[in-house]
Amino acid sequence: MGKQIKVALIGNPNTGKTSVFNALTGLNQKVGNYPGITVDKKEGVCKLSRGVKAHILDLPGTYSLNASSIDENVVIELLLNKKDKDFPDVAVVVADVENLKRNLLLFTQIKDLKIPTILVINMSDVMARKGITIDIPKLEKLLNTKIALVSTRKGTGLQVLKSLIEGYKTLPKKQCLDARSIDVDYFERLQKAFPNQEVYRLWLVIAQDVNFGKLARKELDVSQFRTKSISELKRLQQLEAIKRYQFINGVLKICQVIDRSKAKDLRSKLDRILTHKIWGYLIFFGILMTIFEAIYDWATFPMDLIDTTFASLAEWVKNSFPNGGKLTELVAEGVVSGIGGVVIFIPQIAFLFLFISILEESGYMSRVVFLMDRIMRRFGISGKSVVPLISGTACAIPAVMATRNIENWKERLITILVVPFTTCAARLPVYLIIIALIIPEDTFLGLSYQALTLMSLYLIGFGMAIFSAYVLDRVMKKERKSFFVVEMPNYKLPLIKNVLITVIEKTKTFVLEAGKIILAISIILWVMASFGPGEKFNNAEIIITQNNIDIPKGELDDKIAAYRLEHSYIGIVGKTIEPVIRPLGYDWKIGIGLVASFAAREVFVGTLATIYSVGSASEDESIDTIKTKMANERYSDGRKVFTLASGISLLLFYAFAMQCMSTLAIVKRETKSWKWPMVQLVGMSIIAYIFALIAFQILN
Amino acid sequence: MGLTIADLKKGERGVIIDSSSKDIPLKLLEMGCLPGNEVKLLQLAPFSDPLYLNVNDSFLAIRKDTAALILIDRIDG
Repeated sequence: MGKQIKVALIGNPNTGKTSVFNALTGLNQKVGNYPGITVDKKEGVCKLSRGVKAHILDLPGTYSLNASSIDENVVIELLLNKKDKDFPDVAVVVADVENLKRNLLLFTQIKDLKIPTILVINMSDVMARKGITIDIPKLEKLLNTKIALVSTRKGTGLQVLKSLIEGYKTLPKKQCLDARSIDVDYFERLQKAFPNQEVYRLWLVIAQDVNFGKLARKELDVSQFRTKSISELKRLQQLEAIKRYQFINGVLKICQVIDRSKAKDLRSKLDRILTHKIWGYLIFFGILMTIFEAIYDWATFPMDLIDTTFASLAEWVKNSFPNGGKLTELVAEGVVSGIGGVVIFIPQIAFLFLFISILEESGYMSRVVFLMDRIMRRFGISGKSVVPLISGTACAIPAVMATRNIENWKERLITILVVPFTTCAARLPVYLIIIALIIPEDTFLGLSYQALTLMSLYLIGFGMAIFSAYVLDRVMKKERKSFFVVEMPNYKLPLIKNVLITVIEKTKTFVLEAGKIILAISIILWVMASFGPGEKFNNAEIIITQNNIDIPKGELDDKIAAYRLEHSYIGIVGKTIEPVIRPLGYDWKIGIGLVASFAAREVFVGTLATIYSVGSASEDESIDTIKTKMANERYSDGRKVFTLASGISLLLFYAFAMQCMSTLAIVKRETKSWKWPMVQLVGMSIIAYIFALIAFQILN
Repeated sequence: MGLTIADLKKGERGVIIDSSSKDIPLKLLEMGCLPGNEVKLLQLAPFSDPLYLNVNDSFLAIRKDTAALILIDRIDG
């Protein structure tokens, strides 16, 4: 592999930076995480001419080099650290032709770092429609840069960009204005204190410590240089912004003409409806209903297909290796059904990401944030929390990550803490089987009781999220600043390529991440259920056969399996916790299901299937046989285990309990401490226990 | 205290005269909420909060309490 040119794509949010990235790299990209944080790191390779390749890094969108969120901080940290392996040979700043003025602020800052910089003016296809003309050669001269006028929608200008990247060594490095003039004396002293460093880099570090909190640094340690108070530094930052805009306005006055009479104003027409006090909400709820419909109706077909495929796969494994013994069992019951349990969620997750990505790409999501902020704030969260709460109906993991753009730490933290209450896809299999067991199939006013129950569970989940946000808001200490700035981008028709790439990437990440855990749990469960200490486990066959001489062979095998399970490692765990869960109406077997579910809820049905020793013990065999077994499950005194009381109690427990290790892990990463995931685990489990207890005691 | 963005009615415009309060987030300044720039109130969410503005050719939404920190002169007509 030859040397690659390292390119960093930088730009404001909503400038089509990701479209440029997709256009340059196609599917030659991979998404990872920056070390230690969960901010997406997107990298790709772009072929230039004559075998030269460029390694492209798509950095999170930022409005300036002064960070106010983790996403933005990634950009600054990279540009400050020359030793970072990703430190770019050339920076490509992507600007939106309609917001050139604001986009150039970031550009002039990057120029001050003396990194070779190319300016991409994107969305050039709208120029005629918006009455914009730009004198490119003049602009290049005034900004000391090279410009590529690009339209990713039309596919124009990319060749120019590629050849500019290839010739990055010839790019002018000179900055375009002198930021030091805002306080000549201060910058001179700063330079004297650190003679070997570039002064603008130093200034950024100081500014970042003011905005984003102190970071420990080995290099560029400016902590000794404290000659100005925080408010003086803030004042300087303001002066810097003013200074830069003065320069930019001067440049654009010469190079850019906007004939507003030619502009067709789609924005205000759409805004009039979409942010309307009544229509706005109706449309929003209409969209939500469509999303739910897609997730729970359209997704059924592919899900059924996956379900049956995996069931036959497990069957096939068993039949192909009839004498494989323990290993075959592990593969068929542990691995295959474990993977099946993940894969089955792909249609739902993909649909959800599809909708969210369309809503974001089109610019509509910002309008939702705008509409919902005031209402959400009553409960201590932000309009921006709506997006995670909606994503949470698929999975809490991407939802927790979607809180990153909430600037206010308290609002963000509360959102993270309450998101797991929303009914995620993993609760669905549990709900479905229990509802099928305890709720009659009758209809009420044309609506089935079962569907109504399911809907109530969604409402309960959402209600609890909002209610606990309200409580947390009261309990936690107040933050002085309310910090909320949302850009309202132009409406755009989403680019199909962008949407598809997002759906594929996010779904893949979800499946791999969740898959690893579910797979591990299935294997651990299987091992714990298949082995046990002592006599009773090892001699199960003899003990049961002796005591039950006159029953048919099939039933006998079931009894042996059940007895063995009771004395396996997992059976012992279940028996140990039985006293705690008895008051909720559960027996030790459900207890095992609960314990297993603390790793991931979706293993509940599979666990019960194993526990009730249903022939193949595979969750995919047929819900009916598991259901029948559950319906027939009785205590030793003949009472049924699954009644309305214990069923409702179980539904409520699953609605509220924090049963997902992956979510806890992601919360730990996002909040940088074990404190908050532990608060979630303990708090939510206590709430779940109390509600389940009350429900069972009243109904029983 | 003088007139602020929070005092504007829907469709009204003003010129920013001061945005130096330390409680105004830097991001807002970087988006163009700086003295001399024109601001237009495009839309109000229910309960008159947040406010949807056009400042310096940027379209953005901010909360009323932040808007109340930015001093303006009203432009008539």
